[in-house]
Amino acid sequence: MTTTDPYAGERLKRTAFYPRAKVLNIREAWAAWNGYKFAEYYYEAEYEYFCVRNACATYDICPMQKYEIQGRDAEAMLNRMVTRDVAKIALNRVAYCVWCTDDGRMIDDGTIFRLSGDKFMLTCGSPCTAWLEKSAFGYDEVSIRDVTDDIAALSLQGPTSCATLKKMGLDGIEKAKPFDILHFPFHGDTLMVSRTGFTGDLGYELWIPRDLALEMWDELYAAGEDYGIQPFGEAATNMARLEAAFIMPAMEFNEALRTVNFEHDQTPFELNLGWLVDFKKPHFSGRSALLKEKQRGPKYTLTKLDIEGNKPAEGSYIYRNKRCTKEIGYVTSAMWSPAVKANIALAMIETEHLKGELWAEIYYEKELRQYNRVVKCTLKNKPFWTPARARETPPPDF
Amino acid sequence: MSNYDAIIIGAGHNGLTNAAYLAKAGLNVVVLEKNDYIGGAAVSRELHEGWTYSNCSYVCSMMRQAIHRDLDLGRHGLILVPYLGTVNFGDGDERLLAYHDEEAAHLELKRHSWHDADAMHRFQTDLTRYSQLIRKTLMRTPPDPTSFRPRDIRELLFLAKQFWSLGEKEIYEYVRFFTMSAAEYLDDYFENDLIKAAMASPGIIGTALGVYSPGSSYILLHHVMGDVDGSIGAWGLARGGMGAISNAIAGAVAEHGGEIRTNAGVQQVLVENRKAVGVVLENGDEIRSRIVVSNLDAKRTFTKIVDRKDLPDGIYERAKNFKIRGSSGKVNIALSGMPKFTGLPDNRYVNRGGQTFSGSLETMERAYDCWKHGRWSDDPFIESVIPSAWDPTVAPAGQHWMSNFVQYCPPKLADGPWTPEKRDAFGESVIKKIESYSPGFRDLIVHMEVRTPHEIEQEIGLTEGNIFQGELTIDQLFFNRPFPGYGQYRMPVKNMYMCGSSTHPGGGVSSVCGANAAREILIDLRRTNTVPEDDFYDE
Repeated sequence: MTTTDPYAGERLKRTAFYPRAKVLNIREAWAAWNGYKFAEYYYEAEYEYFCVRNACATYDICPMQKYEIQGRDAEAMLNRMVTRDVAKIALNRVAYCVWCTDDGRMIDDGTIFRLSGDKFMLTCGSPCTAWLEKSAFGYDEVSIRDVTDDIAALSLQGPTSCATLKKMGLDGIEKAKPFDILHFPFHGDTLMVSRTGFTGDLGYELWIPRDLALEMWDELYAAGEDYGIQPFGEAATNMARLEAAFIMPAMEFNEALRTVNFEHDQTPFELNLGWLVDFKKPHFSGRSALLKEKQRGPKYTLTKLDIEGNKPAEGSYIYRNKRCTKEIGYVTSAMWSPAVKANIALAMIETEHLKGELWAEIYYEKELRQYNRVVKCTLKNKPFWTPARARETPPPDF
Repeated sequence: MSNYDAIIIGAGHNGLTNAAYLAKAGLNVVVLEKNDYIGGAAVSRELHEGWTYSNCSYVCSMMRQAIHRDLDLGRHGLILVPYLGTVNFGDGDERLLAYHDEEAAHLELKRHSWHDADAMHRFQTDLTRYSQLIRKTLMRTPPDPTSFRPRDIRELLFLAKQFWSLGEKEIYEYVRFFTMSAAEYLDDYFENDLIKAAMASPGIIGTALGVYSPGSSYILLHHVMGDVDGSIGAWGLARGGMGAISNAIAGAVAEHGGEIRTNAGVQQVLVENRKAVGVVLENGDEIRSRIVVSNLDAKRTFTKIVDRKDLPDGIYERAKNFKIRGSSGKVNIALSGMPKFTGLPDNRYVNRGGQTFSGSLETMERAYDCWKHGRWSDDPFIESVIPSAWDPTVAPAGQHWMSNFVQYCPPKLADGPWTPEKRDAFGESVIKKIESYSPGFRDLIVHMEVRTPHEIEQEIGLTEGNIFQGELTIDQLFFNRPFPGYGQYRMPVKNMYMCGSSTHPGGGVSSVCGANAAREILIDLRRTNTVPEDDFYDE
């Protein structure tokens, strides 16, 4: 007699790499992303973070949404949707993009891969089938297909990532420049590798048909054994991306289509992403609102802060004065950075107050009692972690 | 006319730190190093192609975060990574695994003793309380208890306040703790001998004391009061080896306009009218400066490079009798693969850390007995780390190197001077012990560097090969370090200072001695202070 799981409908889906990941997730620390079971961490968040900074580590990005957008109108359609000029994305190149509502409020960010003249892949954090369909309105020759379950994707990040892929037999991987796409034959199919990632370090993302996922994992882990390979989860990702000053949904921005309260979402200019908005290209969603915003200047600006002391400024308000009487912004993400040895944060601050003093009121707990400190913040222009190897081609030997 | 504002003798990490802060204050400084490489005992050298050893110090925990951050050592290439999974090897098949995860660690202790698993919470709580107090004194100059200067009185009051905040009972405990032996102290908490041995081992490292010698409990504390990113007691590795620390600080020296000269051993400190005015190098060159800072140990400074006639009465004798007995050796081994140890699960995390071959308290005490008799231990205590399991830059891929800190090894042997043959026999005793836990270990050896106290003194210049520049016993700590009356970095010769581990707060790769000395120097020269305050405020 077969028994059926009465809770099957409520259980999380498993990614293509789950059979390997579950063995290594010693702490059973699972979270969820888009309905998939997804590791918060495997062994210890800080350990995994250091694997990213010191050796190499893999991040299961199967739950990330992937769409294949194909057809004669694919480029035009995407170009009307996102703020960047898609026509400028060369073959086998990737571009980071954002897309907005007609009011210029940001819906999501993601990456667009140009796989041929009329074929693209778009990846993003949240499902956006409906918005893609809406954006395709009026274009006859474009097909949109959700390929999230067809493609298994694994991000390999860290200084030994290139050496690991070379050892795996990916000849010529070292020639890939940032945002390049390369293809390698793999068990009769194709392994696509892009030099992309979400850690601000040297790294690659591997894209493979789902049925070859475990073969790829095994070969990668065999090659990486001598290069310190280790899986990492959401917690370590969040540390690394903050050092790289990359934004996260529900942290730095609230997706516009899920925002109830007026202007509790953001514009690309507020998020320091003005460089992604191209007013010279043909019309795109949100253009006139964004043009107005550009001329007027954003109300808030996302800033990088170096904060005194060593207690993370999580959830802190930012004030113009030490007495904390004039509130001018709020911290969106904060941490002690072990690699940089600094107390870092991203914060949304009213643009008009950026030139003055910045103070953060930090609360922290010590054996059940709350303490607070008011400490000075210094504006940083560059991301906190910017190793040269992330930009160099070929990358240096770790 | 002075060529330089300051000469710093010795490019160890404290000398470099001192130079960085003086240069940052605008002083024209030069660091003089006798070797053709910098770093002193925080050094990485490639002695066999493809392998980079941390030749002396090998792990890091005491480096003050405030200095790391202030000198922007990350930008100068330094990254400290915590390591995991130390295993303590008992005399027989017993193994104690120090899992990183609290729950896992508790279960592992329980496997040995339910009592001790519980007692560990109390032990760590008490140790944390003691170390918090000590940590607050690290980046402060010890007050002179005989002085009535406002600053000394202020500092004494600060200390009194910290003490009183412990509560009355703890003050008694604290004083007891300072004078006890590690083994006796641990008897208050634990019953299992392997657990006791594992916890006691920090109490003997770098010191010519045994686990049953009074004073060893303070050494234990000294080794657990550091932290990695706020995790007190954690130890980390410097990516690229310990030399990466010295190199990063040297980067900060250069950034602030300081100069570093290698192959520039100092013969003599020049003293005129009881004031230091410069140095004479071993090659006869004379360099003059407003002040001279010695990063050498106290004994070497005042018995070797300062003329006895330039010293006030009694200082030479104090220096001569400064307790700086060497007790340890270091064996660095290049390996063609990762050694496998008996009695351990095939767990990818367990071999990412260190191995402590401690045996029992009894074994450790017997090892000390050998030292007392002028021999190296025939069954030594070994603290090992395999940095290449963590750091991809220090050995070829798939190959490894193992750092072995060995106790005990005397600076002088009962049967005559050290010879290369005796040195190798000492190395062999270490291999034999490791091999007893790792069959086939010997076959993995590609290259070895064996260092007895003799080699350490000859190469690094640490008297008797003492890794702390003087033992960390209560008679030589705080305002008595290095000598009573000279606990504030100013030395018996005017315009001369000390900045090495012979000064407060003592040994370890902390950069604190160098930074504290710089603060005092800048006060004397009426310059703006460049040394940051420590960042312990929220502990």
